[in-house]
Amino acid sequence: MPKEKVKMTVNGREIEALVEPRTLLIHFLREELNLTGAHIGCDTTHCGACTVDLDSKSVKSCTMFALQAEGASLTTIEGMAYADGSLSALQEGFRMEHGLQCGFCTPGMIMRAHRLLKENPNPSDEEIRFGISGNLCRCTGYQNIVKAIQYAAAKLSGPPRKEAAQ
Amino acid sequence: MNTAVLSREQREAKLEGMGCKRKRVEDIRFTQGKGNYIDDLKLPGMLFGDFVRSQYAHARIKRIDTSKATRVPGVLAVLTAEELKGVNLAWMPTLAGDVQMVLADGKVLFQNQEIAFVVAEDRYAAADGVEAVEVEYEELPVIVDPFKSMAADAPVLREDLAGKTSGAHGARKHHNHIFEWTVGDKPGTDAAFANAEVTIKELISYHRTHPSPLETCQCVASFDKIKGELTVYGTFQAPHVIRTVASLLSKIPEHKIHVIAPDIGGGFGNKVGAYPGYICAIVASIVTGKPVKWVEDRIENLTTTSFARDYHMTTEIAASRDGKVTGLRVHVLADHGGFDACADPSKFPAGFFAIVTGSYDFPVAHVSVDGVYTNKAPGGVAYRCSLRVTEAAYAIERGMDILAQKLAMDPAELRLKNFIRREQFPYRSALGWEYDSGDYHTAMQKALQVVGYEALRTEQAAKREAFKRGETREVMGIGLCFFTEIVGAGPSKNCDVLGLAMFDSCEIRVHPTGSAIARMGSKSQGQGHETTYAQIVASEIGIPADDIMVEEGNTDTAPYGIGTFGSRSTPVAGAAIAMAARKIRNKAQMIAAYLLEVHESDLEWDIDGFRVKGLPEKFKGMKEIVWAAYHSPPPGMEPGLEAVSYYDPPNMTYPFGAYVCVMDIDVDTGVYKVRRFYALDDCGTRINPMIIEGQVHGGLTEAFAIAMGQEIRYDEIGNVIGGSFQDFFLPTAVETPKWETDHTVTPSPHHPIGAKGVGESPNVGGVPAFSNAVNDAFSFLGTRHIQMPHDHWRNWSVAHKLGLHE
Amino acid sequence: MIPGSFSYHRPKSVAEAAGLLAQHADNARVLAGGQSLIPLMKLRLAAPDHLIDLAQLAELKGIERKAHALSIGAMTTQHELITSALVAETLPIVRESSLLVADPQVRYVGTLGGNLANGDPGNDMPAIMLCLDATFRVLGRDVERTVKARDFYKGTYVTALEEHEILTRIEIPIPPGGHGFAYEKLKRKIGDYATAAAGVLLTAQGGKITSCAIGLSNLGDTPLYAEAAGAALVGSALDAAALAAASKATRAIMAPAADTRGSVEYRTYVGGVMVERALKRAWARATN
Repeated sequence: MPKEKVKMTVNGREIEALVEPRTLLIHFLREELNLTGAHIGCDTTHCGACTVDLDSKSVKSCTMFALQAEGASLTTIEGMAYADGSLSALQEGFRMEHGLQCGFCTPGMIMRAHRLLKENPNPSDEEIRFGISGNLCRCTGYQNIVKAIQYAAAKLSGPPRKEAAQ
Repeated sequence: MNTAVLSREQREAKLEGMGCKRKRVEDIRFTQGKGNYIDDLKLPGMLFGDFVRSQYAHARIKRIDTSKATRVPGVLAVLTAEELKGVNLAWMPTLAGDVQMVLADGKVLFQNQEIAFVVAEDRYAAADGVEAVEVEYEELPVIVDPFKSMAADAPVLREDLAGKTSGAHGARKHHNHIFEWTVGDKPGTDAAFANAEVTIKELISYHRTHPSPLETCQCVASFDKIKGELTVYGTFQAPHVIRTVASLLSKIPEHKIHVIAPDIGGGFGNKVGAYPGYICAIVASIVTGKPVKWVEDRIENLTTTSFARDYHMTTEIAASRDGKVTGLRVHVLADHGGFDACADPSKFPAGFFAIVTGSYDFPVAHVSVDGVYTNKAPGGVAYRCSLRVTEAAYAIERGMDILAQKLAMDPAELRLKNFIRREQFPYRSALGWEYDSGDYHTAMQKALQVVGYEALRTEQAAKREAFKRGETREVMGIGLCFFTEIVGAGPSKNCDVLGLAMFDSCEIRVHPTGSAIARMGSKSQGQGHETTYAQIVASEIGIPADDIMVEEGNTDTAPYGIGTFGSRSTPVAGAAIAMAARKIRNKAQMIAAYLLEVHESDLEWDIDGFRVKGLPEKFKGMKEIVWAAYHSPPPGMEPGLEAVSYYDPPNMTYPFGAYVCVMDIDVDTGVYKVRRFYALDDCGTRINPMIIEGQVHGGLTEAFAIAMGQEIRYDEIGNVIGGSFQDFFLPTAVETPKWETDHTVTPSPHHPIGAKGVGESPNVGGVPAFSNAVNDAFSFLGTRHIQMPHDHWRNWSVAHKLGLHE
Repeated sequence: MIPGSFSYHRPKSVAEAAGLLAQHADNARVLAGGQSLIPLMKLRLAAPDHLIDLAQLAELKGIERKAHALSIGAMTTQHELITSALVAETLPIVRESSLLVADPQVRYVGTLGGNLANGDPGNDMPAIMLCLDATFRVLGRDVERTVKARDFYKGTYVTALEEHEILTRIEIPIPPGGHGFAYEKLKRKIGDYATAAAGVLLTAQGGKITSCAIGLSNLGDTPLYAEAAGAALVGSALDAAALAAASKATRAIMAPAADTRGSVEYRTYVGGVMVERALKRAWARATN
């Protein structure tokens, strides 16, 4: 099948590429853009390891064609750290609260948590668990992931962060 | 010179050594999406391989037509058994002494078995190529019930074993029989049963399930024709063993094979053995001269790679009327699928199942295991099982509850009455294991006290009365489990994998400016070795953990090891780390003595350096000592500061734990709610409490899933049911209970740092706790043993059979 | 894991979309959110030669109030339904059931139209539309028609939608203020298709039910509207006998598949339990 043009913004960068219509967004990100943070963990849209943030929505990039992202603005895990290289509140929270072990679900989990905290900046334990129900983890049992997200929520609701001088 | 004088506490804190909740080194890259997993790897010219798989569970392959496939744009080659036969790789040896087809050779033995390997320019073309291969089958009768596998008229599955009346583990009784393995005192046990006042006998089945790490199995094989060297990157829990196996199979000498396991997205025993995908990728790379990547998808992973369990255990306990156990007899029917691909030490075809005497002082016991072939995926030993310990713990812990019910005795009381006592350690069990240390009574009493056990039983009694009066439709269960694990395989006298003794290793090199690099033969898949191993080294040689780089997984640089599975990293590699570190410290002591102009025996170790006994101001810190090793070593001493240790453990280690599960079940829907789950673990010395807690959370979550619905099933003609995440039960954060963790510390007397390992304990102990809770919930209504998994439907069916639905 | 090849179309109007669909008929599928279709395509259980992406079509978006009904564009996502103040106020059962569809990511992208149009008996929204007596607007080859939700579902993956037609809008009469509603869904885990689910919409006056609609999810080869069971409850005060009659009557029309969720017997039994629990919750809301 002849390739088609697609344009989108990824982590603030304008991207233009040619893709087969059937190219899944996850493969486009990983193979074409070398953004290998989002992972593939299943075949049936259950695990959420491929989750990215697209036009302010949490989206499973394995269940979308790259062409469907035409004109969209995406953030992947690679775009989460601050410009000065310091970790975002969520990334810090996951580390401080031991919210990861093998790390494979982590990018998708953090990207989902990022949108969750925008939807609900101060979620309860139960709201967090419901909010990440589209993300599977095999290592942590979720308990420390919940704590990690609460850590980030607390930090984000605190005094505003001072950007380091460029 | 450092003018700031730090207190002892401050100096220890600076090291971030053993015992502290050191934050993980790995997290820096993982939280930024910068892990190096296999599918992240891109090599120039890399090709992609994908399998054509069997539709049927048992069939002859009449014809494979690859002509359309080779014409698909981007497809370069299609390998079948014919091509592999040319290099003697159509079959490969398994770790259990069997052989396994790499690609279907004349027939297939389980649904989705590999038939052909399509090699293409990218994964999309490979998928199109797979679609285009045509296979003609002749269906054969299927066996999925292990109890029918040895019937007189059972179809022959393994035609390649025709006429072979014995296998790797002795005589074979039937064409579908693999081995019979026995241990213990049969006449003594039979006599105990004959004379027993009370006996119980129950078929306790541990159903088939799958470890399902979030990252599937994958590899990139790259053969360099010019140098004659093979490099294989892969999801390998045991990279050195893979290298040796690859050498034996390919005839490429081991020094020309480089095996690299980078970051692995979870293992749980799924990534120990060699799979057809690895072999085919290697062959394809040799044939094409290009790197070849193989990445299985989730359905392939669940339906063809190493499954777990499928043990059917007829469990008998003999006891006196007042509840003292007098004998244990277990027969196991072990379903291994089409090939026995178990990752067991070679002398133990049933792993360490002989731990089935558990935490109890059985004077006599006997175990027999019959392994059989069926038309299912091959394997059996996986999924945090410590090599069949999960099965053994389930049998004995269910058995003890069944005995308690028959004796009308409280299950906690029965356990306390029969525990091995602290004074009995080291304890030689009736099945031949020497348990290193334990204090079961203390742990159990602590658990019961924290959960308020007596109050729970009072509440349960009241609820049962209310249920009988029709005031509630919920039944309440309290599930106990007191498990003893056996991990840390293992002593060379009885443990080997393909002849390789099961030692492990560590090499430490300290750099002139005081930081170090340490490499081990184990391989983390999320256990945090980069963080915890550095803590061990830090405590042993007084260099901050942040200054110690830990590497695993590259077979060129890491000393030989048998890898990470069976919770063996802490007991074996951890011991090697301590031993290597102590060699360094011993040399440091000699250097310090020289620098301080005293005799070595005048010095004592003090956190991060050596101090002269009685002269506290005479101190040499490690930084200065290290520099001296490179700058001005004592006369006659080799410069530099490094050490290697290969550690052959003198014994296994025996972590244990007390778990309590409180559960409420709605009899009208079968829906359960885990009200509380308390887990007390004793893994000896605790290296990083944060990581231990994480391991327990994760293992309990796996146990929860297994006990409450996760299974791989087959219909009568061998179609897999539950082979995708649509149906394979993996709980989300919503279903997963909240875990309460606790601990006691009973160090291992034979381990250099007293540590036992903990990774698998929660799966071992969790399943019986959940299953006992369900059984306990219904027992007042007359049930004796309810088989797991305990999903909604099955719970409801129990209630239905009891006549609870009008 | 990898779909087959197809041609991709991004029409700029619904008319253009309908034209493309007519042109390629049996080899084409419309692409809404893709959360049902793309998983099928990845397993190659669906392999259309043409995909017609409805994403850019404004006519298929929007939630509008029209007199006594809500008109919801077929491309409205579950997330938009959940966060719509208008839906929360007028059709709370839609919000409640939408929250039980799949997971947050799928809800951000998955559409109401996608959940309604393909006739998958496992989907949740169809039974809700049966309760609400919704009307579907359908466009094909310049011809627009309406079909009642209660007449739309014929069999597993078989609906009144012709191959060349697109579901464009869903029109739902707004129930009276203070009505009772509930969607009771039993599932193996959050996000799964229902083991058994029941949606109830009822009104009550003076302690008696004045109207009652019961819809059932995943308990037959189509969503089921339990007309007789609902009618029989009118005039009752939902006492134990009325509840038992309702679960008995609804069980009589259930024909669930036996699968890993459970046997036919189990799913039918708990189907009745879901009906009773939904009725009780709806009643509590209506009489509050």
